Amino acid sequence: MEHALNFAHNSLGTDLTDLVACPVCDTLHRFSTIPQGGRGRCKRCHHVLATPRPNAMTRIVMLAITATILMMAAISFPFLTIETHGLRQQASVIDTILAYSDGLMVPLSLAMAALIVVLPLTRLTAILYTVAPMALGHHPVRGATRAFRLAEYLKPWAMAEVFIVGVAVALVKVGGLATLTIGPAFWAFAALVLITILQDNFMSSLIIWKTLETRGTT
Amino acid sequence: MENPGNARNYLTAREAGLVSCTTCGKLHPAGVKTCLRCGATLASRDTQSLQKVWAWWIAGVIAFIPANTYPMLKTATLGSQSESTLLGGIVELLHHGSLGIAGIVFFASIVIPASKFLAIAYLALGIGRPHRSSAHLRHQVYEVVEFVGRWSMIDVFVVAILTALVQLGSAASIHPGIAAVSFALSVAFTMLSAQSFDARLIWDADKDQDQ
Repeated sequence: MEHALNFAHNSLGTDLTDLVACPVCDTLHRFSTIPQGGRGRCKRCHHVLATPRPNAMTRIVMLAITATILMMAAISFPFLTIETHGLRQQASVIDTILAYSDGLMVPLSLAMAALIVVLPLTRLTAILYTVAPMALGHHPVRGATRAFRLAEYLKPWAMAEVFIVGVAVALVKVGGLATLTIGPAFWAFAALVLITILQDNFMSSLIIWKTLETRGTT
Repeated sequence: MENPGNARNYLTAREAGLVSCTTCGKLHPAGVKTCLRCGATLASRDTQSLQKVWAWWIAGVIAFIPANTYPMLKTATLGSQSESTLLGGIVELLHHGSLGIAGIVFFASIVIPASKFLAIAYLALGIGRPHRSSAHLRHQVYEVVEFVGRWSMIDVFVVAILTALVQLGSAASIHPGIAAVSFALSVAFTMLSAQSFDARLIWDADKDQDQ
């Protein structure tokens, strides 16, 4: 342990700001060795540490705004219409959330609303709140740190893109029994998935954290 | 690039007398309790990680039982009512001759959740024991489990979509069964179990073994 400590002081220096530990395997890396536009992977476990991109902040803001607008469209329009024997039924996200609204299953209805609509929108808002002021060249606003921590925490629980795959599965399941028409919300959701993938590609949380710190918060 | 199999080439934060924040990546001298950058609680290793993993794991397995034994869907077509469980639905698909779809549903709704439980148990049992499989392999298992977790919620969404869509009066209507609730809980518990796992423990064992 003492040897390791000496090693740390001799070869790594006492300046900790350039060092970054892999969150998966704890191996130390120098942040400055990650090339701009490249993908900094952990040399031991190959976990992606950071992906510095030029103009990343501006792009994140654009993508987050696009995603929010698409989200609004995806919620309000029907995503599937079923037709059989002269009967017709449309389903929107709101209808889907209300599917579990009778009796014992009300909590599931609330959970669905959270997973498909509330949490993804909260996450987008938190990202915008953190990144937008910095993208415009200003200092981060009050509470930006907390907002970004919330965004990070919500990441696995925002399931809008899981929902769209569910729609595709339902389409296959019912497709043989009745005529199905894809509504505008389906395409809004499909675009949302693409935007989310692009955004995750541009958004390197490690870099946002570093920027938040260097630009200073109150 | 160095040989990734040789753990001795690498210096971890703990060996350097540092503790890293798993939320934002900032490094602090050992002993600091709260991250100075993001405010998260710091721990060189989450010593209670395995307890949390097992607690959520057990909850997930328990919720998975009613998810399979109770009906997932209640279908009413022209006066006749039928209830189908997860397995029952698959058997029905087989009877209709849709082998492909039956296979996919069986894989997505039964094989994947079950193997997630096995994978988490395998990883958790492996901590603190000598290992034949490399840390790289176990790390890959961990990444797959983390990635797949949220996608298992598809089944719950599909039931809700079908319920919202197939409301055609007396011709056909679908209602959700109580199994959807336990399935959703099982997925959420399994996600929490995987999230509680401190992946650094996998790599510590690798290093101890090498030295």
